[in-house]
Amino acid sequence: MGAPIPFEPLPARAPPRTARGLPAWVRANLFGSPGNAAATLLVGGLLVYALPPSLKWLVGNAVWHADYAACRALDHAGACWGFVAEKWRLVLFGRYPYAEQWRPLAATAIVVAALVITAIPACWRRWLVWLWGAALAAFFALMGGGIPGLSRVDTGLWGGLPLTVLLTLVGMTASIPIGILLALARRSQLPLLRALATLYIELVRGVPLITVLFTASFVFPLLLPQGFRLDVLTRVALGIVLFQAAYMAEVVRGGLQALPKGQYEAAAALGLSWWRMQRQVILPQALTLVIPSFVNSLLSTFMDTSLVTVVSMYDLTGALRLALGDPHWRNFFLEGYLFVALIYFACCFAMSRYSHWLEHRLGRWTRR
Amino acid sequence: MPESDPIIRLTRVNKWFGSFHALKDIDLDVTRGERIVIAGPSGSGKSTLIRCINRLEEHQEGTIVVDGVTLTDDVKAVERIRREVGMVFQQFNLFPHLTVLENLMLAPHWVLGLPRAEAEERAVAQLTRVHIAEQAKKYPGQLSGGQQQRVAIARAMCMRPRIMLFDEPTSALDPEMVKEVLDVMIELAGGGMTMLVVTHEMEFAKAVADRVVFMDQGQIVEQAPPGEFFANARHERSRAFLSKILG
Repeated sequence: MGAPIPFEPLPARAPPRTARGLPAWVRANLFGSPGNAAATLLVGGLLVYALPPSLKWLVGNAVWHADYAACRALDHAGACWGFVAEKWRLVLFGRYPYAEQWRPLAATAIVVAALVITAIPACWRRWLVWLWGAALAAFFALMGGGIPGLSRVDTGLWGGLPLTVLLTLVGMTASIPIGILLALARRSQLPLLRALATLYIELVRGVPLITVLFTASFVFPLLLPQGFRLDVLTRVALGIVLFQAAYMAEVVRGGLQALPKGQYEAAAALGLSWWRMQRQVILPQALTLVIPSFVNSLLSTFMDTSLVTVVSMYDLTGALRLALGDPHWRNFFLEGYLFVALIYFACCFAMSRYSHWLEHRLGRWTRR
Repeated sequence: MPESDPIIRLTRVNKWFGSFHALKDIDLDVTRGERIVIAGPSGSGKSTLIRCINRLEEHQEGTIVVDGVTLTDDVKAVERIRREVGMVFQQFNLFPHLTVLENLMLAPHWVLGLPRAEAEERAVAQLTRVHIAEQAKKYPGQLSGGQQQRVAIARAMCMRPRIMLFDEPTSALDPEMVKEVLDVMIELAGGGMTMLVVTHEMEFAKAVADRVVFMDQGQIVEQAPPGEFFANARHERSRAFLSKILG
């Protein structure tokens, strides 16, 4: 054997230039294959066909001020944003007394500010609990009144955006812990617990939310003992929470099942008790895995709150229908629904982007 | 080694998976500080045997006594035994959402109730012992297989167990990394730890085992000191196995 041949690694080079620049991007992404090119042409054609008239209706011919006569004269050749200009306060705040509507505005702003703070990982400290305690106390004090300086406003009059935000917030935050417990119970070794959890989940998932809301609103009071009374908002919130919990349970169960058996075994072999194992090892991984499904549920809860109109609560869409009840303006529902849709979309899009970012951040350990 | 003081005693242990009879009348005494290699073809019940010792599998007949505690359905007894018995798995089973250091601190903090500072001190000491202290802040997914398995050994050692179980600790590793893990195990054996090792690494058995237990079809076929076992196994089944594995 002679002297070994020394090994010289080749220097790393930059990738080839062919895949760069705008023309290359267009070729690769828009006209990469015949099917791709056909799709590009079809979509382009639709845009050319539909975009100019849409813009003309939305902006060009639109009436912007609350002028009923001008809107009638337009005869739907353009959007009548005058309806929104006239009725936006009714849509946003429902039947809440007009003169007091700064209160729901301030209350919503406080809760939204708390949400934004909560979204920042640097703020994930113990004081967040106090912040939320204070924010919710301020919300209910401002909305409900009954304290010096603020007149009493019954929860039946709460409506519009504050109601939608409140029901979504309560629906989500309360249903997550209940859902986790249900999911753990459904995977339990104890047959009775497992059967009960399964029964609850399947029962609730087998009925539409609207029936749950009816039940919560009209049947709960009959079941409660004499002299004990829950107001309509509490009943409805309870209904949404109990409904949503069943779906949450299945979302969490999906995450639990995705974890390899080895994680349970390693935690058990170290002597961790069952609760410790769940808390420190299993749930942190399972919940991170199901963030996309969580957000899916969050968005659908946000939208499902519009069903509370069936029990005479006026959320954003319900308040819009109130506004459209005005005989002058009732022809302009398209503008009204577009306005509400825009609010829904802005909220949902923000939540969706945030969750995407959060998933990336919390899932750091999944990347090498 | 005094035969009268077994740290683990299995008496006529039987285990079934459904109707499959996985362990048949297993009798095994392990003395303090003894190092046992369990060998045998796949499906012979070696892993099941050691997994019964810390109750990851439940035996249906016979008795298992670990360090004076009899294994029953009693959760407290099981948790007590698991605190005394460390385990290393074929697939490492590190917790991927925690850093290496957090993996090691978890059980000392939550099971033994050590304050974080003390748990961290223990963790760093164990990481140093397996020559991997510089990786403490990384996530398991950022380490090589050999490094992960060394972390897994350190994690088990942080509980200061009296017994260590190894379930094919090198079977999932690239050949280049087997040695670094075996070296750590050899060091551990040198320190007087009671070890039960399921492995196909016969060189390891020759180097450190006090006894080789050979299993087939859920039974202990024969057991002997490694020198005797490798030189002249008494059973036909053991010889056939050795001729395959040693080539």
